[in-house]
Amino acid sequence: MNVTLHVWRQKQGAGKGRMVRYEARNVSEDMSFLEMLDVVNEELIEKGEEPIAFDHDCREGICGMCGFMINGVAHGPVPGTTVCELHMRHFKDGDDLYIEPWRARAFPVIKDLVVNRSAFDRIIAAGGYISVSTGSAPDGNAIPVPKEKAERAMDAAACIGCGACVAACPNAAAALFTGAKITHLAMLPQGAPERPQRALKMVLQMKEEMFGHCTNIGECEAVCPKQISIEVIARMNHDFIRASWSEREAPYRADQPAGEPSAGGCQ
Amino acid sequence: MSAIAVDLKVKQGFRFYESTIGKKVVMAVTGFILFGFVVGHLIGNLQVFGPPEKINNYAVMLRTVPAALWAARIVLLLSVVLHIVASIQLTKLKWDARPVKYQIKENVGSTYASRTMMWSGPIIAAFVIYHLLHFTFGWRVLSPHFDQHNVYNNIIYGFQFWPASLFYIVAMVLLGMHLYHGVWSMFQTLGVSHPRYTPWLRRLALAFALFVAGGNILIPAAVLTGYLKPVMGV
Repeated sequence: MNVTLHVWRQKQGAGKGRMVRYEARNVSEDMSFLEMLDVVNEELIEKGEEPIAFDHDCREGICGMCGFMINGVAHGPVPGTTVCELHMRHFKDGDDLYIEPWRARAFPVIKDLVVNRSAFDRIIAAGGYISVSTGSAPDGNAIPVPKEKAERAMDAAACIGCGACVAACPNAAAALFTGAKITHLAMLPQGAPERPQRALKMVLQMKEEMFGHCTNIGECEAVCPKQISIEVIARMNHDFIRASWSEREAPYRADQPAGEPSAGGCQ
Repeated sequence: MSAIAVDLKVKQGFRFYESTIGKKVVMAVTGFILFGFVVGHLIGNLQVFGPPEKINNYAVMLRTVPAALWAARIVLLLSVVLHIVASIQLTKLKWDARPVKYQIKENVGSTYASRTMMWSGPIIAAFVIYHLLHFTFGWRVLSPHFDQHNVYNNIIYGFQFWPASLFYIVAMVLLGMHLYHGVWSMFQTLGVSHPRYTPWLRRLALAFALFVAGGNILIPAAVLTGYLKPVMGV
């Protein structure tokens, strides 16, 4: 099959880019979308042109590195799939495919389809962890975890941090990502001690990173390759409201230097 | 309470509002108040289908305790102002959050109503101003037959001018859309979500949206079709 690609090309360090048209000839239906781009890139290299830069790593849908917009849909037309797992058989011969990077102020384009998602890392660094005391390892089953809670934590932990939720959201909100991380830890007993502060810190960091607000419209869950439900956003809202309400001591501020223990004693 | 403690409380409040969730909570709570008003307002207005004295007496009853009337008006006005201010601030954040637009963007998971809240909202606000001038203040330009003591006839004369009725009907369709997303969305914003109840909340939102839009459209429609006629000597 043959497809026409319109790809966003932006030089590294350049503020602007443009759509460039490429013809992909003799594409096998069994190729993944990224393999198709690999073939296009081979041809570009042979012609002495700059290949199309795109992020990828595991190519089995679990690392969260790949992702771009195909005809206006994050990770392309098949739900619950990353672009690396999207196969060319889902497209028709002669299709016009518009390929653009994630667009958000918080995700600046590095080059072509590659965006900088460090904003996600900073949200995690703000509170997406549990503190564990050193010493001998505790017994594996010492803390009971109800099955239903474990399932909910696992469902949220399925988030690979690809950024499709931000890309699909008309407000470029990171609510699904942050909600998933907060829910993942909030459901487990190990996450309970830091739960209120975690919600405060991660939500405020989200704002610092210039992500927009959530309007509960559900575009994010529709494109999430791990099909995480927007129920996690309600969980985040619940934890944030509760923590804001019950906090007792000096409030945490997002501009506080990293590493400095926050004085916020909650509940 | 020491001055420091007060200062701390103020700061906490600011920080809460600074976050996008804090602003959304303000939108949800004020939205809930306005939603409650809209439902009550409609139930009151449906009395127009009874005898003319019924709605006229109801209008008098609403004004029996001026303090209560003004308390309700202040709460509503405050809710409207906060709802609008928060929505403008959030829209500004949204514009800042995506400086470069997509060349092509498809919507795959959202309803039309949910994506157009910032369109339906301002049109409803403009409608509310018109509606107050039309029926509460009774501007001569808009309501030449306005009589403060005859609500029944005011409604009928007001809607016999078909462009006014048309604007009401369009505004009520938009209000229905606004509520269809808003009534469900406020629960989500306040952190209430459960796989067992959330589908019912969505149905509840649809039911209320249809009730409010349909009920309000019924009144101008009844006047335009001649079902409701002005009554002399009431």
